[in-house]
Amino acid sequence: MTYPPTYRYTSDHEWIEVNGELGTIGLTDHAQCQLGDIVFVELPKLGEVLEAGKPLGVVESVKTASDIYSPVSGEVLEVNAALKDAPERINSDPHALGWLVKVRLKDPAELKDLMDAPAYELYIALPEKKGSR
Amino acid sequence: VSVPECTASGTQSRDCVHELGASLGDSAAVSLRKTPLNPIHRALGARMMDFGGWEMPVEYPSMGGLVAEHKAVRAGVGVFDVSHMGDIRIYTRNGSPGSALAAVEHITMNRVSRLAVGQAQYSAMLYPEGTFVDDVIVHRLGADDFLLVINAGTRSKDIAWVREATKGFACEVMDLSDDYTQLAVQGPRAVDVIEALSGGAVRSVQSYWFTWATLCGLKNVLIARTGYTGEDGFEIYLPSDAETSAAVWRAVFDAGREFGIRACGLGARNTLRLEARLPLYGHEISETIDVWEAGLERFCRIEKSEFIGRDALVLRKARGLTRTLVGIEMVDRAIARDGYRCFSENGDEVGIITSGSPSPTLGKNIALALVPPALAAVGTTLYVQIRGQKSRARVVPTPFYRRAQRIEARPPKTEGGSE
Repeated sequence: MTYPPTYRYTSDHEWIEVNGELGTIGLTDHAQCQLGDIVFVELPKLGEVLEAGKPLGVVESVKTASDIYSPVSGEVLEVNAALKDAPERINSDPHALGWLVKVRLKDPAELKDLMDAPAYELYIALPEKKGSR
Repeated sequence: VSVPECTASGTQSRDCVHELGASLGDSAAVSLRKTPLNPIHRALGARMMDFGGWEMPVEYPSMGGLVAEHKAVRAGVGVFDVSHMGDIRIYTRNGSPGSALAAVEHITMNRVSRLAVGQAQYSAMLYPEGTFVDDVIVHRLGADDFLLVINAGTRSKDIAWVREATKGFACEVMDLSDDYTQLAVQGPRAVDVIEALSGGAVRSVQSYWFTWATLCGLKNVLIARTGYTGEDGFEIYLPSDAETSAAVWRAVFDAGREFGIRACGLGARNTLRLEARLPLYGHEISETIDVWEAGLERFCRIEKSEFIGRDALVLRKARGLTRTLVGIEMVDRAIARDGYRCFSENGDEVGIITSGSPSPTLGKNIALALVPPALAAVGTTLYVQIRGQKSRARVVPTPFYRRAQRIEARPPKTEGGSE
């Protein structure tokens, strides 16, 4: 799968697509691939304020529960309600239909800390990814 | 998202997700032991993990992953590399006849003398306190010759313990753990696969019996109708050199292709055994959990005059149980996991989840929990604390899954008797 060139990526395998002050957040293909069959996702409430690098929710595969970390700070404007009954969309279409939340960015300067697609692809190809939690 | 990585990774798709308790999977620096089939797992793109010091496959994403592997075993056949398990032979060498039998009776809780040659039994080795050194399958190879198959994570502890506990007996104790590649071929079609590879030697072998047969041209291969999945199946013990191991693995695959055989990892092994309520060391059994609490009295012959742990078990039974293992099913939409805390309806903390997972067969979230006997009745409401929230669950009968009548290849007959 290709990593959309307009997205930005975290070392914890989240992506964010930014449109003005609106950011859409999801999990990368690499993340869904590592997690395996996703069976449950817990997302924040509307209006909740996220902090960059802090957990925004939890994703559960058959094997394990994992925190999802927010790439940016901001207020939650929308959550992907379809994931409640179809969490497997994160597996089948991680970069589009499997999006998690939309937020209003608090500080667009935070995006500078994130990787672009070529950097992320290089990062996940490294044998040891010490940056990941 | 937290995606723990494993030292084993060669390329991006080979990283591992840790499971089955942090204690087993938190090492990035220690060198892991590998089974002879390790190159095959890597070639298949398996996600590898540290399991008790062994680098083992968790799942094979290239073959559909955990759920597909699980379903293959329930509906067809799957093959697991379980070469990390340990094997201890206890036998008498021209010494006093009966010494090995007496030794195994002394160190295990089931009645060994009931075994015929060619038969196996589920059992356990206990500490004097009545808690678990390990669970074990005892195979009677000869009148005074036994093979004990033990867990990977407890191998060195078990072997030292067995040597110490059998000191007073004129028997030999041999650690054969590295001599075998062990494959578990499991599922309703496992019999067809092993039958094809062994030239028709195994269909008549009953559950928990074994035979020695020629398999893939290898003479005298131990083939046991045992497993850890709740399905019919076989565990085969092969010479552990890499070429032989790989050749048999491939032959099993070729023979199983028509039944949709899949390589299965420890992930599916865990969900399969949980549905069948089979205990896992460090979870349902441990050095702090006793036989009564674990609900394994069916395999414990307390009427045997003597075995290690017996006296403590008699005392513990007389004192009464404080906790017992129950099956639960989540009512709320949440997944109970190992180590989560359990609460009663009135809010008291009452116990702990020993194993929990979504059940691929049932489509429900199931778990095993240690709770007071007063809360063990089917239908009792319990709450599991999951990320700070108390989620509702109820006690259900176990096993969660029980396989239907054995599938036979011959056409059904209308007979009176039962199996």
